[in-house]
Amino acid sequence: MTDLRPFPLNAWYAAAWSHEIRRELSARTICGKDVVLYRRSDGQAAALEDACWHRLLPLSLGRLQGDEVVCGYHGLVFNADGRCTYMPAQKTINPSACVRAYPLAERHRLVWLWPGDPALADPALIPDFHWNDGTDWVGEGGTFYSLQCDYRLVIDNLMDLTHETYVHAGSIGDEAITSAPFEVTHTDRTATVTRWMIDIEPPPFWKRQLGREGHVDRWQVIHFQAPSTVVGDVGVALTGTGAPEGDRSQGVNGAFLAAITPESETSCHYFWNFVRTFRTDDEGLTRDIQRAHVNDGHGVYDQDHAVLEAQQKALLRHPRLPFYNLNIDAGALWARRLIDDILAREGAPRPPRVEAAD
Amino acid sequence: MPAPLDWRRARLAATRDLTRDVRLLAIEPEGAFVPPTPGCHIQVGVQVDGRADTRSYSVVDPGRDGLYRVAVKRLATSRGGSRYMWSLAPGARLLVSSPANHFELAPGRPHYTLVAAGIGITPIRSMALALAEAGAELRLLYAARTRAELAFADELGALLGERLDLFVAEEGRRIDLGAVVAAVPTGGELYLCGPIGLMEAGKRAWALAGRPAASLRFETFGSSGRHATLPFTVRIPRLGLEIRVPENRTMLDAMEAAGVAMIHDCRRGECGLCAVRILDADGVVDHRDVFFSDEEKAANAKLCTCVSRLPGGVLTIDTADRAA
Repeated sequence: MTDLRPFPLNAWYAAAWSHEIRRELSARTICGKDVVLYRRSDGQAAALEDACWHRLLPLSLGRLQGDEVVCGYHGLVFNADGRCTYMPAQKTINPSACVRAYPLAERHRLVWLWPGDPALADPALIPDFHWNDGTDWVGEGGTFYSLQCDYRLVIDNLMDLTHETYVHAGSIGDEAITSAPFEVTHTDRTATVTRWMIDIEPPPFWKRQLGREGHVDRWQVIHFQAPSTVVGDVGVALTGTGAPEGDRSQGVNGAFLAAITPESETSCHYFWNFVRTFRTDDEGLTRDIQRAHVNDGHGVYDQDHAVLEAQQKALLRHPRLPFYNLNIDAGALWARRLIDDILAREGAPRPPRVEAAD
Repeated sequence: MPAPLDWRRARLAATRDLTRDVRLLAIEPEGAFVPPTPGCHIQVGVQVDGRADTRSYSVVDPGRDGLYRVAVKRLATSRGGSRYMWSLAPGARLLVSSPANHFELAPGRPHYTLVAAGIGITPIRSMALALAEAGAELRLLYAARTRAELAFADELGALLGERLDLFVAEEGRRIDLGAVVAAVPTGGELYLCGPIGLMEAGKRAWALAGRPAASLRFETFGSSGRHATLPFTVRIPRLGLEIRVPENRTMLDAMEAAGVAMIHDCRRGECGLCAVRILDADGVVDHRDVFFSDEEKAANAKLCTCVSRLPGGVLTIDTADRAA
């Protein structure tokens, strides 16, 4: 599995919303690693390998005692650094008794976990996700935990919004998306897809948000940050008011936010939000927008959810069928290329040495 | 249950003598290279008296060139592993495991104090390199009997400057663990590797100073005691056995070879599974484990057969065998 894993390990991944980590044990699988998360009494979040050193029982089945985790089987105790501080029926503690402690950092209302080499876990590498801070941009999102698809399928989905026309017809989907040209640019860590639809009839969702009659210029500027966050700057403004030139004052601006965390090779945790800079005090609107995304199977993200899981099932059923790419996939392919570059830098297996027989 | 080891074929790429008795071996494994982490070890398949066995050796650097480097001390009382390793010439074929780590270096601490004595420098060196590279606050205290026995000293001196402190017993300098512990800043950690006496003194000083037990890290190779390593005799009245333990064999191995059923796991004096009850000892018991507490060792009720021994004489013990 190590050689084939599609996700880098030396990266920060969203593990939970900050508010979800409390003075109790919660279990997650991140990049194939079982972890148990909790909050220490000083407010800091902690993450340990979710398997007791002794007999591998998940520590999440035990309990929190102060800032330490007590295994629910034989009572071994581990501190927030993963070091054993108690062993039953002996006077000393085996010096090698440890579970892994994962580096954590809280930023942008999320708890980020570094599953790789802890010595490399630099908080400066946390993706820029400031849209989620709850200050200038406002919105309440959620998480699809254990979404049954390769995390890269979610990235594909978000990096190409022509799918809106077909998956999200009647809300944000519109024929104009498929006919407007787009541009893809990249750096060594980011890829950006920019699409402007000039002088179009706004789709129903945006017409309601704008609350004004007339044609609009619609933009979708989607930023991917390797390995797995996507921020889509989206909105509409009345045509002719200068939005393409930078004046969005006659429009409404939102951003879809996605931090996608691999759970396994074929499943992921999808932390999402949709935030906006208009009517930021309107809590009813915040709730409505949340429901527009996830609503018991009827939201736009529920529609994506169904497509993504069906796609993963098909991939597993037809493992050898090729995956064809179209022009519209340029953004997704740049994203995948950047992920592959990180994987290669992380130490893809060395080619076997050719040696003369002796 | 230890995880099944990932054994792979390897080639001895080069050797270099660091001191008269410490040899550096650079080993190139086949297949994907699993990078070593500070404090880790690899297992190496060795041949001892014509039998296949395994030995663990700490990896001394990050191996960025795809080689595992280990430093092996030639011991007069070797159980055969070091003699075998010293017999190898470059190009020799080996079996090695991927690295495992029982002595992990925690990142992000405000200060690190590293203490090594003798061949205990091997895991400590990899830690010192990693910490220096990361720009961490560190201090390395390194002791040996003579100056000529200090492996890596020049190169560590060049890297660490004032942060390296050498203690040569022959020149009258010994590590004062009380003073070492007192100098560890709050939140700092102490990493120790060396003979059992050093580790016991470190544990006592750490506990006496009221420091958090989990911030003292140590690794034992289980190969050093307070007394000379000499042959001795184990007598087991219940089984009517008298077993000679040569100086180059553990008591556990000698007992198993004599047909005594034993259980064991770590084989380095940590887990306590191989402990047996002492009935009588006509000499001092050289406890070389870190499983029993000081009080338990003083009481001499049991010993860990994987590492502990008697410096000659007869040790009478009982085992778990009972008539069916």
